[in-house]
Amino acid sequence: MQSSTVVVVIVLLASFAYQWARRRSINLVGGTRGVRNLHSLPAYYGMYVALWCALPALALLGLWHLFGDRVILQMVLAQMPTEFQHLQAGEAGLVLNDIRNVVSGAVPAEMARPAVVAAAQHWRQLSHQGDLVGAVLAFSSAIVVGFLALRSVKPEMRARNQVEKIAEWALLACSGVAVLTTIGIIVSVLYEAMHFFHFVSPIEFLFGTTWSPQIAMRADQVGSSGAFGAVPLFTGTLLIAGIALLVSVPVGLFSAIYLAEYAARGVRTVVKPLLEILAGIPTVVYGFFAAMTVGPLLRILGERLGLVVASESALSAGLVMGIMIIPFVSSLADDMITAVPQSLRDGAYALGATRSETIRNVVLPAALPGIVGGVLLAASRAIGETMIVVMAAGLAANLTANPFEAVTTVTVQIATLLVGDSEFDSPKTLAAFALGLVLFFVTLALNIVALKVVRKYREQYD
Amino acid sequence: MTIEKHQHVTEVSRSVVFNESDHSSPGEQVDTKTVGQVTVDSPVISARHVNVHYGEKHAIKDVSIDVAKNAVIAFIGPSGCGKSTFLRCLNRMNDTIPNAKVTGSITLDGSDIYDRSQDIVQLRARVGMVFQKPNPFPKSIYENVAYGPRIHGLAGTRADLDDMVQSSLRKAGLWEEVKDRLDNPGTGLSGGQQQRLCIARAIAVDPEVILMDEPCSALDPIATAKVEDLIDELRENYAIVIVTHSMQQAARVSQRTAYFHLGDLIEVGPTEQIFTNPVHKLTEDYITGRFG
Repeated sequence: MQSSTVVVVIVLLASFAYQWARRRSINLVGGTRGVRNLHSLPAYYGMYVALWCALPALALLGLWHLFGDRVILQMVLAQMPTEFQHLQAGEAGLVLNDIRNVVSGAVPAEMARPAVVAAAQHWRQLSHQGDLVGAVLAFSSAIVVGFLALRSVKPEMRARNQVEKIAEWALLACSGVAVLTTIGIIVSVLYEAMHFFHFVSPIEFLFGTTWSPQIAMRADQVGSSGAFGAVPLFTGTLLIAGIALLVSVPVGLFSAIYLAEYAARGVRTVVKPLLEILAGIPTVVYGFFAAMTVGPLLRILGERLGLVVASESALSAGLVMGIMIIPFVSSLADDMITAVPQSLRDGAYALGATRSETIRNVVLPAALPGIVGGVLLAASRAIGETMIVVMAAGLAANLTANPFEAVTTVTVQIATLLVGDSEFDSPKTLAAFALGLVLFFVTLALNIVALKVVRKYREQYD
Repeated sequence: MTIEKHQHVTEVSRSVVFNESDHSSPGEQVDTKTVGQVTVDSPVISARHVNVHYGEKHAIKDVSIDVAKNAVIAFIGPSGCGKSTFLRCLNRMNDTIPNAKVTGSITLDGSDIYDRSQDIVQLRARVGMVFQKPNPFPKSIYENVAYGPRIHGLAGTRADLDDMVQSSLRKAGLWEEVKDRLDNPGTGLSGGQQQRLCIARAIAVDPEVILMDEPCSALDPIATAKVEDLIDELRENYAIVIVTHSMQQAARVSQRTAYFHLGDLIEVGPTEQIFTNPVHKLTEDYITGRFG
């Protein structure tokens, strides 16, 4: 039986249990008039029984699917001819693969060894039976547990408290998903990064000033020595993100102030969504805008002024990225400025403060946490942005603070290192994970610092 | 608006002049439907034929009244009668409300505050305001009081500013309670302390008039008593206009009382007389609790 069918049947059983328990709780107190004698509303009794009916059964089904496969595998192997019984680990894996392929139909049965075909037959049969057993287990659990829960429905039973407890656990589980995902990402990146640090010492990686990630195929080839100093990448990242923030923070903040404090209602309703469209444009589009329009424009301008500007420059990538992240700053800042209570503004106006004094001294300090939050979000976007940099700033890992030169960033290098055929035992590929790890800690540190800043300077109203 | 439209106005003759009480000595004669003596000698604020429209709504209807120096005048009346709206006309706080339109004339020491040449910043430095809900800035106690002097450049040195903060807090009766924690946030004080902080903040700019919009409605009885005592002391130096819902409070703190009803100024007179012997039927109904 398909497990989706089983789930549907369990849900049906649960909804049936809900109705039954609800009616039973009402009947117990002699009809709707007696509901006030129940501890909880009838719907809570229904929910209580339905949850007991569905949750253990679903858990059982899940467990069966998780471990049932392994049980079947052991049984299949045990039934195979004796020459397959004592294989090396590697060979056993190959045989297992053969069996799997025959089962899934990827390899026609005629082409496989007879023993494998037999095992595949056995497998099919077992897994069919296994599915049936799992379904029967789940159903019987749903019915038995549901029935027991139904029996426990009494007027004095605290069904509401129990249901709310379960709801609380469900909420906890949801927030747990985010935390666990983060931990999972850290662990996987950390694991590969450790591999990388077997090849290249962390000191060299963190403080080396040359980035040339290549590995010799032969000892005598050109460029046989790779260099994995990540400093140029991080300076490149900082340079581009810094330029982007220099553009987006003032422009975003001032447009937020205009929209929240000065703009007429009509202007605001038109301009705000238009501004937020900026965040919706795909970064690839920004990328070719930077590469095709802004880059050449800057080079021509630079020539007029007697400056040498590369057509792929940190400046063009940073400028365009800055435009892209304006909405992150302006939208959040605007929300926070609008949330500052009118009574605070009135208090300042009544003292004879002008509009700009009120905004500078009263509104902005009160809105600071949101503004810093917006800037932080923008900074994270700027540091993590890849596509614009690939297209507009180039791949050259120059160690420079000159915005007119080509630079590259951490994320761009991660992308290029992992593109194409890559082997997971060469430092070239593994370097991507080390870069990712460092990037992760940099953004984490950024967040912590910003949080501290907010806590120190925030002016809390109410 | 016309008199015929409002039945209650036609019940009494215009401009009845009342006894020569100390706080309402007659000034010029004003053409008004209000009962009682609306004018005083050498007023600090004179409002004449003021009308306020919020879009279609006619919120204040031809109100004329004087505010006397060194005295407290209370505006009373049922909710929505326009007393707060009129109060906010006196320092042009209605300017921040879109589609509010004010006509008529309001003069402060003889100059029209709605004149084109009147700077709103200077006006509000001379006419301070305290709001219904305490609204200290989310800054330290010191910074709250120092804010006004700072933006108006009143203090030359840090020592001047310190003096101003201290004397304002003293006048507001808050100094002893906060002198050791001037750096703590003003929002951390109790409600009554916050309101006195707001009063200190208003008087730090050294205004001539202080407007108070139901300053005690968010306070408990003890804090209310403190603020009322303070109002009585402040009368020595300032003209005070207070809007209040509590008739007892009006009776306790004010020398003159004005009764508003549906945008009309019905009756103005010495507080004692308004509460013991009101002339207009509507005033009497409100005072005796038959209405409102």
